[in-house]
Amino acid sequence: MTAIEVPSAVPTPHVRTALFRRLVRKPVGLAALIYLGFVVLIAFIGPLIAPYDPNTASISLVLAPPSPEHPLGGDSAGRDVLSRLLWATSVTLAAASVAIVTALAIGVIAGLIAGYFKGWFDSVASWVTSLIMALPAIIVLIAARAVLGPSVWWAMLIFGILLSTAYYRLVYAAVMGVRSELYVDAARVSGLSDMRIIGRHILSVVRAPIVIQTAIVAGIAIGIQSGLEFLGLGDMSVPTWGSMLNDGFVNIYRAPVLMLWPSLAIASTCVALTLLANAMRDVLERTVTVRRRGRRAVTTATGSIAAVTTSVATGGSDAAAIDDSTELPVIAETIVHEDTTAAAENAQPVLAIRDLRVAYQQTGGSDIEVVHGVSLDIRKGEIHGLIGESGSGKTQTAFAVLGLLPRGGHVSGGSIDYEGTQLADTGERAFAGIRGKRIGYIPQEPMSNLDPSFTIGYQLVEPLRKNLGLSKKEATDKALALLARVGIPNPKRTFDAYPFEVSGGMAQRVLIAGAVSTDPDLIVADEPTTALDVTVQAEVLDLLRDLQRERHMAMLLVTHNFGVVADLCDRVTVMQQGRFVEQGPVRTILGSPAHPYTRSLLDALLDEGPARPPLVEKEGARP
Amino acid sequence: MLMFIVRRILAGVVLLFVISALAFGLLYLNSANIARRILGQNATPELVQQKAHELGLDRPLVVQYWDWLTNALTGDLGRSWFNGQLVTVSLSGRVAVTLSLVIGTTLVSALLSVMLGVLAARRGGWVDGGVQFISVLGFAIPGFLIALYLVLIFSINLGWFKATGYIPITQSVTGWLSSVTLPIIALSLGAIAAVTQQIRGSMIDAMTRDYVRTLRSRGLGTRSVVYKHVLRNAGGPALAILAVQFIGLLGGAVIVEQVFALPGMGQLTVQAGTQNDIPVMMGLVVAFAVIVIIVNLLIDLAQAALNPKVRLS
Repeated sequence: MTAIEVPSAVPTPHVRTALFRRLVRKPVGLAALIYLGFVVLIAFIGPLIAPYDPNTASISLVLAPPSPEHPLGGDSAGRDVLSRLLWATSVTLAAASVAIVTALAIGVIAGLIAGYFKGWFDSVASWVTSLIMALPAIIVLIAARAVLGPSVWWAMLIFGILLSTAYYRLVYAAVMGVRSELYVDAARVSGLSDMRIIGRHILSVVRAPIVIQTAIVAGIAIGIQSGLEFLGLGDMSVPTWGSMLNDGFVNIYRAPVLMLWPSLAIASTCVALTLLANAMRDVLERTVTVRRRGRRAVTTATGSIAAVTTSVATGGSDAAAIDDSTELPVIAETIVHEDTTAAAENAQPVLAIRDLRVAYQQTGGSDIEVVHGVSLDIRKGEIHGLIGESGSGKTQTAFAVLGLLPRGGHVSGGSIDYEGTQLADTGERAFAGIRGKRIGYIPQEPMSNLDPSFTIGYQLVEPLRKNLGLSKKEATDKALALLARVGIPNPKRTFDAYPFEVSGGMAQRVLIAGAVSTDPDLIVADEPTTALDVTVQAEVLDLLRDLQRERHMAMLLVTHNFGVVADLCDRVTVMQQGRFVEQGPVRTILGSPAHPYTRSLLDALLDEGPARPPLVEKEGARP
Repeated sequence: MLMFIVRRILAGVVLLFVISALAFGLLYLNSANIARRILGQNATPELVQQKAHELGLDRPLVVQYWDWLTNALTGDLGRSWFNGQLVTVSLSGRVAVTLSLVIGTTLVSALLSVMLGVLAARRGGWVDGGVQFISVLGFAIPGFLIALYLVLIFSINLGWFKATGYIPITQSVTGWLSSVTLPIIALSLGAIAAVTQQIRGSMIDAMTRDYVRTLRSRGLGTRSVVYKHVLRNAGGPALAILAVQFIGLLGGAVIVEQVFALPGMGQLTVQAGTQNDIPVMMGLVVAFAVIVIIVNLLIDLAQAALNPKVRLS
């Protein structure tokens, strides 16, 4: 049991101090903190240092201009404005605190109980939430005043109850997220009581969001309380910022300056609270995104971030790579096996890539290169496989051909020649009439590549009309024919369906139909079968081969699977760490690979071959 | 789809019933006190007793509520204790004022938020920074404070707009515009700030989605992809925020109507609140709840129109 308690107890204070320290390092956060500290200080010592009683009126001071005895002058009843302002700060903050404490107590406890135990409490709480949301808060407060009489404390207590929904939803969502985590299960299995689990594990997760929410809630409480007092619905014997503002508004024609001090106090405090909340959220979110990115880089194969991190990793360990070259040398030159058949020599290249370099712009402005000068020809009607590990830059190469590199990515060198048109780094215009019309794209993950808000039919018809200028009727007929051609049993039904209503295999067929719909000369397919079931994979590969033969299309097929290469491709390029290491006819590469990396990839396929040596350098070499 | 609407309407009716019961219970709970407050501190206990009897306050609360409910269902919300006017009559003229204010504000802020949010999400850099900065100010500063300074600057000092009063749109369109422009500006800043942030966030999120890349790979122009596909997918969360904002706007209207002396529901609420006019208060609570429930229903329908998943499940 102690073994569980110790690690969970250690990081919490650490996280907290780290958050505070990073907050103070941000100028906006620091300024907001200092200002709010000052306001709180005034709230405590204001009544002590106020030169006069806030409610003592003197006829001579009615709407008096500033004077040495009364630095801010007098209000409409002849009371000292400075003294009232100091007192009002105290009362206003105290009243806001009543609302915050009430909201915190109700919202956090209800959220913890509902989220942790669920059951009937959960549904009752959500009903109460929608009940509270059905009326504007100020209406409830005014109605309450009609029953309870003018009291700023009652008003803030009731407002606290209304505000508790904000905390409730926050805590509830956080608890739902945490309660199924393994470490909470572990704590439960090891016999910790529910109260201790809530206290130690769950409360520590929601503490930071609660602090942020409190800054926002405090601003709202001050705003609504001032509004209520401003309406004249407050207790006139208690000085608050709102009642001072009311006095100024009533005398707006005679002494508009009376409005200045309370409005400045309200606005600056509310802005400071919002800025503080924003700064805290920035600090928190930054930590979270960095952590999430790290995880994504490891698990996904195609994301640009993955590519960048891998290239950082290899870039930093170049020297080590050469040291280790006894096992796997990195050869800068691509080993090219020439194709000697006559048919291949005569064919014109559809796509010619020369010395292509792809780089990503970093936040600092410098570039990180992920593809280091690669060359490739694809001839008419030829399927060219591009194979390599995750993060080797093969998807980046494919996206560069399509001009669809993610934000920050760009072609930093070399050329991409598509049937005589230069596509490399020429901006969007060069792709007009080519991408989507003469080059088609088949993505990897079928479900995420269809817009969930539009029907499948619409997503097929829209490009047909745009690219081929078909009428709606013609485009619909063509789309239905295409769906039938890619093997969808009931084209009409799929045409009318939304993406989430069809299976992954169906969705991939739809995407293939979309890619070939305009009869392109080149298809760029990015691991088109990786996300599918094994049985569906074979069918989709057959479909791709049939379509390619039927329409005589060229294809750039990105994959990490030699089986797919052997099954489909005419030529293949092996890619490693942003470089092409070997290129040639499939039969040559599979039969007699010249490059050690290709050999090691092929060896890894054989059931009885030795385990593949490490390709990327040891973990310790990563920066 | 029809079932969806029917279910939502039924839920709304149930909610309205619960709210009216709760509000009635709380407002009429302290009946002896109410009679005393109407008559003033110097009234004799007998007089208070008599007044309470006259208003029917000495009956059990459940009976009083049943009375109120059966009358309300026939369209009778009772009479004001203060001036004897029918509550429905005092409400009828004022609903239009408040609604024209709040609906105007919703339209203005929806339009501007979409423009600013899309601009900030697509441009980035200093445009984004500027929009973010204005959003923080608009979010933080209470609307009535903005209203006060708008009156001070544009009505009192510059004399561009009417400072107070309301002109119905049926009477004069320009007069109506002059009377609602400043209130709408004051109210919309906060809503614009919140909705802009939401649109910006969900646009940025939607633009990195795989399907956006695939749509672009099909040769569709950036404009078509952003405004048709990305905006539609970003619209759902923004609508949800707009619904919450609308309730806030109704509350904001209460104070803004006071600043600009607009004869709306808010003004009546403040009056009823200060005069302890419980029947009027009760009528107002129901009227506000009806508006909120109808708006939520409309937002749900809009949500279903935007998002097929909502519609079909």
